[in-house]
Amino acid sequence: MNFPANLKYTKSHEWLKKTAEGTVQIGLTDHAQNELGDLVFVNLPSVGDALTVGESFADVESVKAVSDVFSPVTAVVAAVNELLLDDPAMINTDCYDAWLIEAEGIELEDELLNAEEYEAFIQEEA
Amino acid sequence: MKLIFERSRPGHGCDMLPANDVPTLQPAAEYTRQTAPNLPEITEGEISRHYSELERNSRGVNNGFYPLGSCTMKYNPKINDEMAALPGFAELHPLQPPHTVQGALQVMQMAEELLDEITGMDCMTFQPAAGAHGEYTGIAMIKAYHKKRGEGKTRTKMLVPDAAHGTNPASAAMNGYTVVTIPSAPDGGVDVEALRAAAGADTAGLMLTNPNTLGLFEKNICEITQIVHDAGGLNYYDGANLNAIMGIVRPGDMGFDVIHLNLHKTFSTPHGGGGPGSGAVGCKTILAPFLPRPVVAQEGGTLVLSNDIPDSIGKVRSFYGNFLITLRALCYVLTLGQQGIPAAATGAVLNANYLMRKLATPAEIAYNRTCMHEFVLSMKTLKKETGVSALDLAKGLLDYGIHPPTMYFPLIVEEALMFEPTETESIETLAEAAEAFRALVALAHQNPEALHSAPHSTPVRRPDEVGAARNPVLKYDFAR
Amino acid sequence: MGSYIPSTPASRQQMLNAIGMQHAEELFADIPNEMLAGELAIPPGKSELEVRRILQGMEAQNTVFPTIFRGAGAYRHYIPSIVKQVASKETFVTAYTPYQAEVSQGTLQMIFEYQTEICELTGMDVANASVYDGASAAAEATIMCRERARQTVLVAATAHSDTIDTIQTYSDSAGAPVVPIAAENGVINMQALKEALGPEVACLYLQSPNYFGQLEDAKAAAELCHAAGVKLIYGCNPIALGLLQTPAEAGADIAVGEGQPLGMPLSFGGPYLGFMASTKAMMRRLPGRIAGETTDADGKRCYVLTLQAREQHIRREKALSSVCTNQALCALTATVYLAALGPAGLQQVASQCYSKAHYMAAELEKAGFARRYKGEFFHEFVTECPVEPQKLLTALEAKGILGGLAVEGGILWCCTELNTKEEIDTVVQICKREAQA
Repeated sequence: MNFPANLKYTKSHEWLKKTAEGTVQIGLTDHAQNELGDLVFVNLPSVGDALTVGESFADVESVKAVSDVFSPVTAVVAAVNELLLDDPAMINTDCYDAWLIEAEGIELEDELLNAEEYEAFIQEEA
Repeated sequence: MKLIFERSRPGHGCDMLPANDVPTLQPAAEYTRQTAPNLPEITEGEISRHYSELERNSRGVNNGFYPLGSCTMKYNPKINDEMAALPGFAELHPLQPPHTVQGALQVMQMAEELLDEITGMDCMTFQPAAGAHGEYTGIAMIKAYHKKRGEGKTRTKMLVPDAAHGTNPASAAMNGYTVVTIPSAPDGGVDVEALRAAAGADTAGLMLTNPNTLGLFEKNICEITQIVHDAGGLNYYDGANLNAIMGIVRPGDMGFDVIHLNLHKTFSTPHGGGGPGSGAVGCKTILAPFLPRPVVAQEGGTLVLSNDIPDSIGKVRSFYGNFLITLRALCYVLTLGQQGIPAAATGAVLNANYLMRKLATPAEIAYNRTCMHEFVLSMKTLKKETGVSALDLAKGLLDYGIHPPTMYFPLIVEEALMFEPTETESIETLAEAAEAFRALVALAHQNPEALHSAPHSTPVRRPDEVGAARNPVLKYDFAR
Repeated sequence: MGSYIPSTPASRQQMLNAIGMQHAEELFADIPNEMLAGELAIPPGKSELEVRRILQGMEAQNTVFPTIFRGAGAYRHYIPSIVKQVASKETFVTAYTPYQAEVSQGTLQMIFEYQTEICELTGMDVANASVYDGASAAAEATIMCRERARQTVLVAATAHSDTIDTIQTYSDSAGAPVVPIAAENGVINMQALKEALGPEVACLYLQSPNYFGQLEDAKAAAELCHAAGVKLIYGCNPIALGLLQTPAEAGADIAVGEGQPLGMPLSFGGPYLGFMASTKAMMRRLPGRIAGETTDADGKRCYVLTLQAREQHIRREKALSSVCTNQALCALTATVYLAALGPAGLQQVASQCYSKAHYMAAELEKAGFARRYKGEFFHEFVTECPVEPQKLLTALEAKGILGGLAVEGGILWCCTELNTKEEIDTVVQICKREAQA
């Protein structure tokens, strides 16, 4: 499994990428997509929706399950990745390219892990 | 198989109606549809063949053993269907004057009396059309009760065990309740201490299936319902599993205030490939003022449909529910009667325990106790050892002509397979099914690949469900 | 007494022994003793012949009217013989929901064909596998439309009262306000609709032909709604769709209706069939089962239940609806009915319903029973009743005729293709006589 060193991670298996514009992109980790299996649909929030640390902002569907995606930040949704609405499989094929949302106006940030810590956390969980 | 649209040929059809005997009029163009619907143009003989082919590619209880857990796929007696088709019932308009439908109202009244006695309830409505509809209705009645007592705003939580059917939390949520999940204890029952901790002044009620979805009777049932009553909440009984205990023990005596029955499961009306069913809702007197309108009532010497229920939750569908399903259930209860009802439950429980013991060696029983009408196996060890999953085994059973058990439910058991044989199966059928299951487990160890690709003898194999959900094709494309 | 149990006392004992028990009572050892039911106070079981006699005895206390001029939500139409034959095929009748696609292609394909036909009738993009009935379909549709900031449900006062009541119940459950849109001249008042629209409104439920048989200006209603960001739920009669404007043509977001006229007998109110169809944009908010096309491991075309992550068994308390069991056998009935009629046959049924109702309305008018509302109607209409309605209906009943339904201000009549000119003329004569008496 692949955990790029330039990203931050959460214990609920989301990744975070800070952009040059001061926003963050949020997506699902390789571990998460592997556990979820073939994704068939993604329910995304709307631009302008409020995000709260630890609360669900989206859900992803496989054939027989639906899983919440939790926000690592308290912020506002600046953009959603609409490509995923037509092609949710992008999360399975390239999860670090397939960001779900971009957030701006970050007020609060969850405790985040670096790649090494996240990998150790997964091993511990298994 | 061809779709009926692919059998369609322009100009074909059936001649059903005589010529119009009054002047034919046509509404103005602004009111009419612009294009004709693409309906099949097909002769009656072709219709007959088309549906015969579809029937051959379907599977009912008439085709063989159908131990689908939680679904009570018992034999459906034919007298019930024949009585439901009598013109004096099937041809009644729902808005006929009461004096012309006394027999129909008697059917509803008699069914209510008998089912009240079987369940220990005081009143019953047949308006809900299915189990989940009954849940929705029963929870709405609980909500109306709290509101009437001035506690509508404070009692906001519905307690639901983690092993519950998905309909329970969904029905509670439709009524605006916050669902509080109660964990299961190691013995498979409700964790009583967790329930005690969760129950309080904000509790509206508890939704419980007993026997539960693991097929186990809640031994602490008195304590469980008492905890909820002490907190000021009401107890809802999900009747999905009543087949195990009808005539043996009554929900009304266990402390339940409102119940639904799946007449299409327990009371033997056929399932129709997914309905119509009936989710009759019974309740204790305290909830009677909130029943859906109308109710059957006696007025002078005649029966009427009374709308005089000021605190009623209102209506949950049109008219009086799936009347012909109620009628089928009545036929069934009349046939079985005082001895037959408990005998059916005993038979169901005996068959389930017998089959469970027969399968104990090749599989693991999730909760190793005497079960009720169904039991859950966990195939997690087999999966670890051979890579063969519960799904693979289920598909393998199809090659033996056996409908698979319910898979991956309840969610709290890994690699779950839930069997409900019902009372209408013989010892020979159970033994054959057990043999088939053993053979499949043996095959899993010898040649797991054969099971990964099972079934091998069915008209289609392992449909691509991911593709179906990613690119939904939900109707025929006439342009292709 | 029958219990349909195939085991003998000997085989039961054999099974008990195999599980290490002596007596059947031991099976229920988990049940507290003091709770056991003892003997139920219900009659002993009966033979099949006795049960038949009891039911036939009750049947004899019902009156089947040879001639019916009453609709009001339940319609008697001609049911071709093939419909009942196919819908009573034993495997269709006794199958469960098609969870195991490999052995359920027949049931699944039937649902797919049904969905296609509902889309063809309504003009909508997608349909589900059915829900309980027309009224609950309308209520489920309002749930599809409600969003966080838009909770209010507008309901045309001209809709069927059972549908209005059901929407009210479902909305009460969720704490969503319901606002009626007043009627004027038998249709909704467009000005009232305009005033009721706002940013808090989720949807309008509009039925056309409405309860009084009148055609609503659904297109105008849709335009008003959409301009305010409000969804239109169009309640339709499937027979009328053989002739009249479709919900899609009117601009509806969701089409719902009672499918009973498509080959189901009156059945004293049920089982009936709730159909639901929507635009593609609302597909994932549809409740209930949906069948979809896919391919199997060998590349063969086949069908499965799909988009299941919407449903209660997966989404649990986050599901929009708890519906699972629906009305599959009734959906089958509808598909066979539509196949037996075909496009020309359905058009013919609709046209005869329309023509006969208009003929009857004109004749009644001559007899002194003027129509109450002036606009266009389909196969139902309200007339004034110059005599005491009950007296008139009793006179009709004496001739084996179930007359129209007494409603506020008159009588709601219905004609279908089953009503002959002779029957209509008889009713008109009786009306005339009663009015003059």
